[in-house]
Amino acid sequence: MLNVHNLTCARGGVPVLSDVGFTVEAGQALILRGPNGVGKTTLLRTLAGLQPAIAGDVICPDDESAYASHADGIKTALTVAENLQFWADVYGQGRRFAPFSVLEVALSAFDLFDLRNRMGGTLSAGQRRRLGLARLGVIGRKVLFLDEPTVSLDRASVKLFADWLRAHLAAGGIAVIATHIDLGLDAPELELTPFKSALDAGGGTDEAFL
Amino acid sequence: MSMWEYANPKLFMGWTRPVLPWTFGLAAACLVIGLVWGFFFTPDDFRQGSTVKIIYLHVPSALMAINAWIMMLVASIIWVVRRHHVSALAARAAAPVGLVMTLIALFTGGIWGQPMWGTYWAWDPRLTSFLILFLFYLGYIALWEAIEDPDTAADLTSVLCMVGSIFAILSRYAVLFWNQGLHQGATLSLDKEENISDVFWFPLLVCIAGFVLLFIALVLMRTRTEIRARRIRALEARARRA
Amino acid sequence: MIALLLRDLRLAVRAGGGFGLGLAFFLIVVVLVPFGVGPETELLSRIAPGILWVASLLAALLSLDRIFALDFEDGSLALLATSPLPLEGAAFMKALAHWITTGLPLTIAAPMLGFLLSLAPEAYFYLLVSLLIGTPALSMIGTFGAALTVGLRRGGLLLSLLVLPLYVPTLIFGAEAVRRGADGLDPTGALVLLGGITAGTFALLPFATAATLRINLR
Repeated sequence: MLNVHNLTCARGGVPVLSDVGFTVEAGQALILRGPNGVGKTTLLRTLAGLQPAIAGDVICPDDESAYASHADGIKTALTVAENLQFWADVYGQGRRFAPFSVLEVALSAFDLFDLRNRMGGTLSAGQRRRLGLARLGVIGRKVLFLDEPTVSLDRASVKLFADWLRAHLAAGGIAVIATHIDLGLDAPELELTPFKSALDAGGGTDEAFL
Repeated sequence: MSMWEYANPKLFMGWTRPVLPWTFGLAAACLVIGLVWGFFFTPDDFRQGSTVKIIYLHVPSALMAINAWIMMLVASIIWVVRRHHVSALAARAAAPVGLVMTLIALFTGGIWGQPMWGTYWAWDPRLTSFLILFLFYLGYIALWEAIEDPDTAADLTSVLCMVGSIFAILSRYAVLFWNQGLHQGATLSLDKEENISDVFWFPLLVCIAGFVLLFIALVLMRTRTEIRARRIRALEARARRA
Repeated sequence: MIALLLRDLRLAVRAGGGFGLGLAFFLIVVVLVPFGVGPETELLSRIAPGILWVASLLAALLSLDRIFALDFEDGSLALLATSPLPLEGAAFMKALAHWITTGLPLTIAAPMLGFLLSLAPEAYFYLLVSLLIGTPALSMIGTFGAALTVGLRRGGLLLSLLVLPLYVPTLIFGAEAVRRGADGLDPTGALVLLGGITAGTFALLPFATAATLRINLR
């Protein structure tokens, strides 16, 4: 279960979202909505622990969360399979199963199996995105914070991703997703505009100087 | 009220406004008295002649060059531990002052060294250490200038200052190991009897007090400027959001 | 953690230039010195320890900005920071990978270049040992510098300005050990101090580097 309580987060020292609160049960997803610049990325980065929150709590089981950003973190000089193997190893998943089986499942789920020996640098934008998402399949994490996961994906690939996500949720996973398109998930949506910080919201690093 | 509240930017601006002119005035008084006394009313040294009088600039500036770095280190640690903005800005404000003090020490040292050792520059441990300190100041200032976000800059320069301090001490001892040197022993030290006579000692003390006060005054003034610049930035950020 | 080391080594080999460029730079600097100071064997032999140390220091400096910059740009640094791998360990492994791709080849190549500068025969052993002990410190300090400048667009020059003063103690003890070896003096003291600095940097700087990376990723 993921529990977010009175969370206030800042971008560049200025509070952008105040008192955000929600609960996501195991097996559920939450879609973050809101216009560009409202603070979806900031919220996800705060949830993932990349930046400290100004106030509030994120209650999430230890060592269960993973973050996927706009950038895919793909090494151009490594093959598709090597890229995935690296992340599986970092998350301690490389050896837990028979070699490559986790990888094969993830590769097939995102239709990358035929590309597995291609270099990362030769992939198209959509293929790179699929590889970035396939990373989520090999790291064995339940709680996923996904920032615009469907950028540059075609319709068939969006369906592949939605299917994978549905299976992940069915296995007890949790996902918080910032996206503008309809993934066809049966998930509640959270509109972030009402949480926008007031102009005089406290807690930012600039506050002491105003 | 805890002492930390004086470090709030607004309170800091408040109490430094009346203090600043007094500090500058006292610094000027000490420097004028100390330098005039030292230059015109002390006898020439029996070995070094009138050249010795540069001591009234050399020793205080060298002292402040090191003390400025120590002050930056303390301010950096306070920023990292207690997140007082004034502390980080004071460290930033002190760096160029320390840099200039290092330069004054190096130049006056050269002018002193020419008649004494027959050379403006030698790779003596003390001289070399000051040159290295000069490079540390340059790197620290350059890092502040290079980073746009003020809090990131404060954090990163604090880490650099702390790591740099360790390496500065290491360099000091490495340089001693490397070359034993021809610089005379320390002019001032606490654990041995004074090796300069009282005639030179009292005006020197006044000069040191003057340099300390000048340093404090300059740092206060520069910190006030930094706070104002930061306030403009914060107001602009708020105006953009409105 | 081993996965990160292996990945970085593999990337260095595949991207090419990782090993080669630093070594070529080392060679060129050493070749240029006689053109600058003249061909007298005696003079070259006397300054050889210093030249070899300064040249290897500059060669190590060349590839520093690539330690974190590429990972920062393609987003893998943020993904690493949210992974179960402690960032301190990642910093350590990055430094180790940098040493294996630059410091180690430089150490192995240095005796051959010492020949060009007619280094005293007694000094070769100490050249090898001092570089073997000292170059890891260069990589670790450089990794810290790379972390400080990772978010900056033109951090290369600033990186040199920040890192070179931190290299002073390593350079002094390293070159001193070789010089003492060449003069037939006992270089043990310098080598022990050099080893102390290397051990100290590897004990402390991974933490400073990780803290720096966290600040830059914020």
